Amino acid sequence: MPTVMIPPVLRPQTGGDAEVSAQGSTVGEVLRALADAHPGTRSQLFAAAGDLNRYVNVYLNDEDVRVLDGLETPVSSSDTVVILPAMAGGRCETLH
Amino acid sequence: MATATEPIELIKSRIDQVDPRSANEEIEGGDAVLIDTREPHEWDQAHLQGAHLVPPASIRERIAEVVPERSARVILYCASGNRSARAADVLKNELGYESVASVAGGIQAWRETGLPVVEAEGLTPEQRMRYSRHTMLPEVGVDGQLKLLNSKVLLIGAGGLGAPSAFYLAAAGVGTLGIVDDDVVDESNLQRQVIHSTERVGMPKTESARLSIQALNPDVEVVEHNTRLDADNILEIIDGYDVIVDGADNFPTRYLLNDASVRMRKPVVSASILAFDGQISTFVPYEGPCYRCLYPVPPPPEMAPSCGAAGVLGVMAGVMGLLQANEVIKLVAGIGKPLIGRLLLYDSLATRFTELKVNRDPDCPICGEHAAQIPESEMGRFPDYDAFCAGHALHP
Repeated sequence: MPTVMIPPVLRPQTGGDAEVSAQGSTVGEVLRALADAHPGTRSQLFAAAGDLNRYVNVYLNDEDVRVLDGLETPVSSSDTVVILPAMAGGRCETLH
Repeated sequence: MATATEPIELIKSRIDQVDPRSANEEIEGGDAVLIDTREPHEWDQAHLQGAHLVPPASIRERIAEVVPERSARVILYCASGNRSARAADVLKNELGYESVASVAGGIQAWRETGLPVVEAEGLTPEQRMRYSRHTMLPEVGVDGQLKLLNSKVLLIGAGGLGAPSAFYLAAAGVGTLGIVDDDVVDESNLQRQVIHSTERVGMPKTESARLSIQALNPDVEVVEHNTRLDADNILEIIDGYDVIVDGADNFPTRYLLNDASVRMRKPVVSASILAFDGQISTFVPYEGPCYRCLYPVPPPPEMAPSCGAAGVLGVMAGVMGLLQANEVIKLVAGIGKPLIGRLLLYDSLATRFTELKVNRDPDCPICGEHAAQIPESEMGRFPDYDAFCAGHALHP
């Protein structure tokens, strides 16, 4: 089964796991399986229409899926899907 | 004929050795050809006046170029007298040179005798000593050290990331270190911001950093920019530097810095840390992707907590800050392979590095082919990145 690498900010939603196995033959299927198993991740990964949130980067092994076939990118059982949000660290965001 | 495994004493027993003083007399008398049989980076550090460099691997091929006459008097030296002994053996017992000698004890003994040596140009005696562990690395050499001494590096933030990179860049001899930070030292900083100290709580961070840097390396000129970067000052500040180290603590500054650095064609080494994880990449405008190519939009706040909220392992700042300093040194000295087009993730709990490819985005509004051309008059005007980030927070 493909492995999904969970970024630190999403690990509370996966019970603290940094690596989760999820079934699927495309990146989209794997991520939806992840969201089914760990519903707290769904809104972080997917926009309402079902496409990936633009602020989340997803990689198949080391390649950004945007340069592959996006969510339709085929995945084999030895592949790793990496979820990567940006980090800025430091001070509290004062956006509002 | 000498083989690689013959003891050096055996080789020395079948050649002539000469002490430095006698060799010097012959050379000054104009009757000898002096051959330096070491490597180029050793020559760069120091060599003897009038010598010709013929490294050991090329002695057989090149000696005839330098000394066409087999009857000429040839004196060879190296670092300590062993390589020159082997070379002398080759010249005398293989190639038929009639009058060959090796300087016993090499350039080391020469120096100890007090005889003159041509030192590395551009470095003072103190610098030669201070940076000797750099200059003896073939990839760095005196040339690379001079590049570092002549470089100007800007650190955005004298905090978690800025502190370790400032220290090591200063140690490396970066000639000018600019530091942008408007904050003062706080006790909670000292868990990771090692350039500050307990007695400096309350002191401006730029001043505290300057004190530490100058104690470590007085060669370094520290320029304090006791301010926050914003659209009004960024171009003026970054203009004077060759490389920028991004240790900013918020997204709007990172986007602003990206925009400005691409416009000014300044490379940026960018890292971020949180809890037990870090990321680093090197952005060289138009050569590789920019920050915006990697992160077209910022995440909403719940996906990007701050260190103040989530915490950070102190050593993470050290690891990532030093990786940043390493990138700067590679860019300045022109060596190795910087993280251009590569994002390095570090998980300190697993002690695992992951490398991801970062591509230039052809549709990037900052560095893409169809990116808006900024006229000279608009160079200093930037989009409102606070609003840009806030907008994405409200409407992800």
